[in-house]
Amino acid sequence: MNFQDERPIFLQLAEQLEEGILSGAYPEEGRVPSITEYSVAYKINPATALKGVNLLVDAGLLYKKRGLGMFVAAGARETLVSQRRAHFYGEYIEKLVREAKNLGLTAAELITMIKRGFSDVD
Amino acid sequence: MSIEIKNISKNFGGTCALDRVTLSLGDNKIYGLLGNNGAGKSTLLSILTNRLYPGGGSVTVDGQPVANNDQALGKIFLVSEKNMFPDDMRVKSALDAVAHFYPAFDRAYAEKLADKFRLDTKQKIKALSTGYGSIFRLILGLSVNTPYLLFDEPVLGLDARHRDMFYRTLMEKYTEKPCTVLISTHLIAEAAELIEHAVIIRNGRILRDCPGEELLSGAYAVSGPSALVDSYIEGKRVLSINTVGGLKTAALQGERDALPAGLEVSRINLQDYFISLMEEEDKK
Repeated sequence: MNFQDERPIFLQLAEQLEEGILSGAYPEEGRVPSITEYSVAYKINPATALKGVNLLVDAGLLYKKRGLGMFVAAGARETLVSQRRAHFYGEYIEKLVREAKNLGLTAAELITMIKRGFSDVD
Repeated sequence: MSIEIKNISKNFGGTCALDRVTLSLGDNKIYGLLGNNGAGKSTLLSILTNRLYPGGGSVTVDGQPVANNDQALGKIFLVSEKNMFPDDMRVKSALDAVAHFYPAFDRAYAEKLADKFRLDTKQKIKALSTGYGSIFRLILGLSVNTPYLLFDEPVLGLDARHRDMFYRTLMEKYTEKPCTVLISTHLIAEAAELIEHAVIIRNGRILRDCPGEELLSGAYAVSGPSALVDSYIEGKRVLSINTVGGLKTAALQGERDALPAGLEVSRINLQDYFISLMEEEDKK
């Protein structure tokens, strides 16, 4: 959690949960940290933590088991992957191309770099 | 179920410490009472707990007036810098005394916290260091289980680690047994994310009284080359301006226009907002 980040804390928390589901840190049908755990760990008001967690509940990515806590829904990872694929062009490609143009890089140069990225990055 | 403060005023000699303060505290929320030194925070808390009489106005707890009313006062616990126990009393005996006056006091939890903070309960209260004196009083507050819990500058005199432990313990306690909490402080950055509702007080008057989120929702900062910033902020409500060389940062409140290229927008945190608001007030 980075409190210098421009976005509100509850959005950062929601994003962090999504990252955890994508990376497998929170596997499907596994329990995620409780509101108490989040408020103690990040020293934030539980209402803020709840707001973040509820974003994922509303999206069907988490569900509540009475008395047991919050769990990752089956299929949550796949839902996130397809959502992120749908947003990939707008979130990454447009920005990448804009910056490349600012720096005077050509499409061919950019493609070469992307290929290099594919072999370098794990 | 709430503490209702209506039109409270207080003068000390010719100085007005509180000027018709009206405020409602309840719903098991965490309130932040934010103001500079001398703003009137401690005076207000002293009136809430019947340690001072107001010059005018009234305070009720769940409908009952607090003035000389033990039943109403038993629902409020104030953690302040002042030690309310005889100097030569030992910590253990003070815990006994609190258990006697506050039936919901959780003695076992207090002992557990004393252990966690390494507070020696066999020590005399007067022998405690400044930091441990504060820790002792914080532990009482965390264990007392009154429906209203007030902290006056809770972390003064605590080192960084103990501050951190206090905030975490408070959050743990609060999520497990919610109660209405008020944290009065001028150390805003540390408490900002704990607070759900912010009350800003200045020169004895309430300037803002609203959910923290609402306070900041319309506030943002714009930075970039001076000329660009100047034209962007024209006609907008400007809270403060900082200039470093040719770069300018303006804190604004209100609707955002489309941002021209070359300007960057950023979130304002509660402390920045507070400082900007104080600067704006100073200019009046």
